[in-house]
Amino acid sequence: MDFSYTEEERMMLQMTRDFAEKTVKPLAVESDREHKFPRDTVEKMAALGLMGVTVPPEYEGAGMTNICYSIAVEEISRHCASTGIIVSVNNSLACEPVKLFGTEAQKKKYLADMASGRKLGCLGLTEANAGSDAANVSTTAVLDGDEWVINGQKIFITNGNEADYCILIAQTDKSKGHRGLAAFIVDLDNPGFKVGTLEDKLGIRGSSTAELVFEDCHIPKENLLGELGKGFKVALVTLDGGRIGVASQALGIARAAIEDAAAYAKERVQFGKPIANLQAIQWMLADLSTEYDAARLLTHRAAYLKDQQLPYSKEAAMGKLMASELAMKAATKGIQILGGYGYTTDYPMERYFRDAKITEIYEGTSEIMRLVVSANILR
Amino acid sequence: MSIVVFAEQRGGALRKITFEVISEGKRLATAAGDSLKVLLAGDNVSGLAEELKKFGPDEIAVVNSDKLADYTTESYAGVLTDYVKQENPSLVLLGHSAIGKDLAPRVTARLGAGLVSDCIEINYDGGDFSFIHPIYAGKAVATYKVNSAVKIATLRPNIFAMEEAEGAANVVDFAPEIAASRTTVKEVIQQAGDRPELTEADIICSGGRGLGNPEGFDLIEQLADALGAAVGSSRAAVDAGWRDHQAQVGQTGKVVSPNLYIACGISGAIQHLAGMGSSKCIVGINKDPEANILTVADFGIEGDLYKVVPALIEKLKEVNG
Amino acid sequence: MNIVTCIKQTFDTEAKIVIDNGQVSTQGVNLIVNPYDEYAVEESIRLKEKNGGEVVVVSVGGDKTQEALRYCLAMGADRAVLIQDPALEQADNLGCAVAMAKLISQMEYDLVFCGKEAVDDGAAQVPSMLAEKLDLPQANVLTALEIADGQATATREIDGGSEVLEMKLPAVLSAQKGLNEVRYPSLPGIMKAKRKELKVVSLADLELSAEDVAAKTELVAAELPPARKAGRVLSGEIDEMVAELVSLLKDEAKVI
Ligand SMILES: Cc1cc2nc3c(=O)[nH]c(=O)nc-3n(C[C@H](O)[C@H](O)[C@H](O)COP(=O)(O)OP(=O)(O)OC[C@H]3O[C@@H](n4cnc5c(N)ncnc54)[C@H](O)[C@@H]3O)c2cc1C
Ligand SMILES: Cc1cc2nc3c(=O)[nH]c(=O)nc-3n(C[C@H](O)[C@H](O)[C@H](O)COP(=O)(O)OP(=O)(O)OC[C@H]3O[C@@H](n4cnc5c(N)ncnc54)[C@H](O)[C@@H]3O)c2cc1C
Repeated sequence: MDFSYTEEERMMLQMTRDFAEKTVKPLAVESDREHKFPRDTVEKMAALGLMGVTVPPEYEGAGMTNICYSIAVEEISRHCASTGIIVSVNNSLACEPVKLFGTEAQKKKYLADMASGRKLGCLGLTEANAGSDAANVSTTAVLDGDEWVINGQKIFITNGNEADYCILIAQTDKSKGHRGLAAFIVDLDNPGFKVGTLEDKLGIRGSSTAELVFEDCHIPKENLLGELGKGFKVALVTLDGGRIGVASQALGIARAAIEDAAAYAKERVQFGKPIANLQAIQWMLADLSTEYDAARLLTHRAAYLKDQQLPYSKEAAMGKLMASELAMKAATKGIQILGGYGYTTDYPMERYFRDAKITEIYEGTSEIMRLVVSANILR
Repeated sequence: MSIVVFAEQRGGALRKITFEVISEGKRLATAAGDSLKVLLAGDNVSGLAEELKKFGPDEIAVVNSDKLADYTTESYAGVLTDYVKQENPSLVLLGHSAIGKDLAPRVTARLGAGLVSDCIEINYDGGDFSFIHPIYAGKAVATYKVNSAVKIATLRPNIFAMEEAEGAANVVDFAPEIAASRTTVKEVIQQAGDRPELTEADIICSGGRGLGNPEGFDLIEQLADALGAAVGSSRAAVDAGWRDHQAQVGQTGKVVSPNLYIACGISGAIQHLAGMGSSKCIVGINKDPEANILTVADFGIEGDLYKVVPALIEKLKEVNG
Repeated sequence: MNIVTCIKQTFDTEAKIVIDNGQVSTQGVNLIVNPYDEYAVEESIRLKEKNGGEVVVVSVGGDKTQEALRYCLAMGADRAVLIQDPALEQADNLGCAVAMAKLISQMEYDLVFCGKEAVDDGAAQVPSMLAEKLDLPQANVLTALEIADGQATATREIDGGSEVLEMKLPAVLSAQKGLNEVRYPSLPGIMKAKRKELKVVSLADLELSAEDVAAKTELVAAELPPARKAGRVLSGEIDEMVAELVSLLKDEAKVI
């Protein structure tokens, strides 16, 4: 077993760490406070190849490993979890399904557009009645001559307000239940589409979470992604990969909380000495650091398995479960270590706290992660 | 044996660093029992010898040539190398200034000698010189020895005390053949204003991101006016486009060591400290009680610079009448 | 236009310095491309992108230095040469310059680019030493550069201002911050870097002996600087603090 970085992973780490520190960090506070989508940063990330990390070069991606991808999302999320999820969604939820299930023509157009960052993607799965029960989709797609006609609403869609393309999961045959689902690529520049409600959120406020409304939205027949009846599989496989992204985002938040708390503890003097000298504080930091390493190893293992094209669904769920719960714990303890200062907006700790929570919810809640793991081990 | 000092002048005026280097040269020459020789090169610079005499050299060698009107590396390197070859000194000293930094390594390579740059102290222990030079932007201090017959060093500005001294002060002509320079100076752009040069200033007032906007530097200028100070900047303020890069103090900017450094709205990042940590007295004005600058400063004021600085300017005016 | 760009691998500027046995410990320190050298690499790549030709990055160092060279390749340099030799481990700046000059003299080039100084020893020696050894004109600490018809027009920072120099190429130039904005290596750049040539040569390959690069300067001991004595944070109303400060500066510190 080899736990060392390859040269390319090391460069990825150095570059993204530098980039995040200099470019992402300065905008994080404003992005959060004002619900501001970091458009310029996305353009810069696109120029660097960060919008299609694992997409092969023939489709204008960087052709790198999932471990590199995980490193990039963690480093970006270290300074801004909103920017982290924008990257993660475009890579994992939009590029990946086209890469895995798309036709050559779809890849040449849609995948290349999204991997290069010329266009931004999103995944439209969740609906009012289809959350954890993702198969319960009621948006419909009906074939009408050479076109599919889509009707329905998606909710909570990350990048929904800015995206150019949506990977949409819809029903083509209600009678077949989840076997009646199919995936589509929808160009959102379409008169049958509009953005509905934008959510006002606790955290990741720099990324948009939108309602997508489809009313007689006509798309070409050839925009069916994968086979009819296989839409649920597209969704599940996509989410498996997405969990590596969300786990990495959670790792970034956790590391931010741990690093900031440690730095503060060394400076803050009470009872005549830095609070870092108190065992109560030391043990919190020791536990968090240990769990951080464990979560990171789990996440990188999932990424490694995916790179080797081995099954990784359970491992990705484990990584996400552990990393997201750690992020929440690290931010909670982080505020504890900062005391009252941690509760104010003078320090970013309260933002880490607000940002951390979503990682336990989207792309499968912690409960669903436990379901995935237990289903795998009790099989 | 002798110690040779290169007297730096630009546009016919001696630079302050020259007096500092000669003063240190004199101290070392006295300690080592060597004579102190100064090389003064330029076009029509004989008149400057008078000023040099005050610092006690035994000899001042003057080279005048229209080819030396502008500082160019190659012409000056030739002159200094020839002089060193003629005198065969134990030690050659220059300032760690724009000219010294450019010239010393070229001459060193030509002589195949050893060079220690940016010294803050040179000691003579009875047999040999040792050279103290900060490394890692002042995070460590290293002692160097040089094993070549001629040892060369450049001295950090504003560190070595200027000291007048007695000396024979013979003025002699030196007339080497002067090499043509392959570079030509097309233009010299002096920075606007009559503020002292950052690296030479006794007092520096610096502003950082805490100013909030470029206009904030107006206030720093006023403070500098009240003190006759130079104006510096943190990198954050330079990167924001509020101030020219020439004003940046720090690891990737200028290294300064004034008597007084006043940091306004600067957090005191390690890279900034690298540039001003050797200042004799540091004042920090910052509204964040946790800001590192307040820990580092000799005197810290926790408060809004927009309230503190105007009050300080008023007080200074009052005190200075 | 063929450009040789010299780089040094240095400690991260954030690195905490630990002294072990009178020498700076390299244990666990994050290593980077010297920041000023990055400006030189960036400028070289821009010149190549405009005028064609190739950028060769050159360094003196050990095994780890390959990482720094790869980073430059990922930024867009075309190939790299590392001069590695036990005899260079104790070399001073002149020794390194001698070795690099020998290598460069065997190449075809129009320009040699360096950073104005390395952030570790802050000596600013190598560019001028290279120029001397290659018998070329030099222009250091550049904040602007134009190249046309084999002629360089370079703006060099001097004390209290700047000067504009002209010279025919080839020449040795050194970069100051402000010359350009350094790019990040892109992901495709990182991938391509793996396949670019990185050659390691020894002194023998360059027909140099250990004698030719023997150090003339030796770092005999390093120590941490004396800690500044703890300062005072003044308290009270603004007027009181300002009055106290002025009297402290006047009477205690005697600096105004
Ligand atoms: C900010 C944000 C961004 C999002 N981005 C996207 C996006 O880009 N694309 C997209 O399609 N969706 C997105 N979502 C939707 C997200 O994936 C869902 O919110 C999530 O899957 C949970 O669904 P739900 O909200 O309906 O909760 P519910 O499914 O109603 O769950 C409520 C609670 O019940 C628990 N629960 C439910 N079923 C079980 C079970 N079987 N066993 C045990 N516990 C159970 C859950 O764990 C949870 O605690 C986003 C959501 C948010 C808030
Ligand atoms: C390779 C490298 C090289 C670097 N080189 C340098 C260098 O040469 N020089 C340099 O300076 N930096 C350098 N840096 C950058 C350095 O790390 C810091 O980012 C920079 O010094 C911060 O500048 P600042 O103190 O102005 O800004 P900040 O760190 O943002 O600090 C602003 C301060 O202003 C205070 N403030 C805000 N408003 C007010 C007010 N109204 N009144 C009073 N105080 C207020 C705040 O409390 C804060 O402490 C370098 C970094 C790297 C990575």
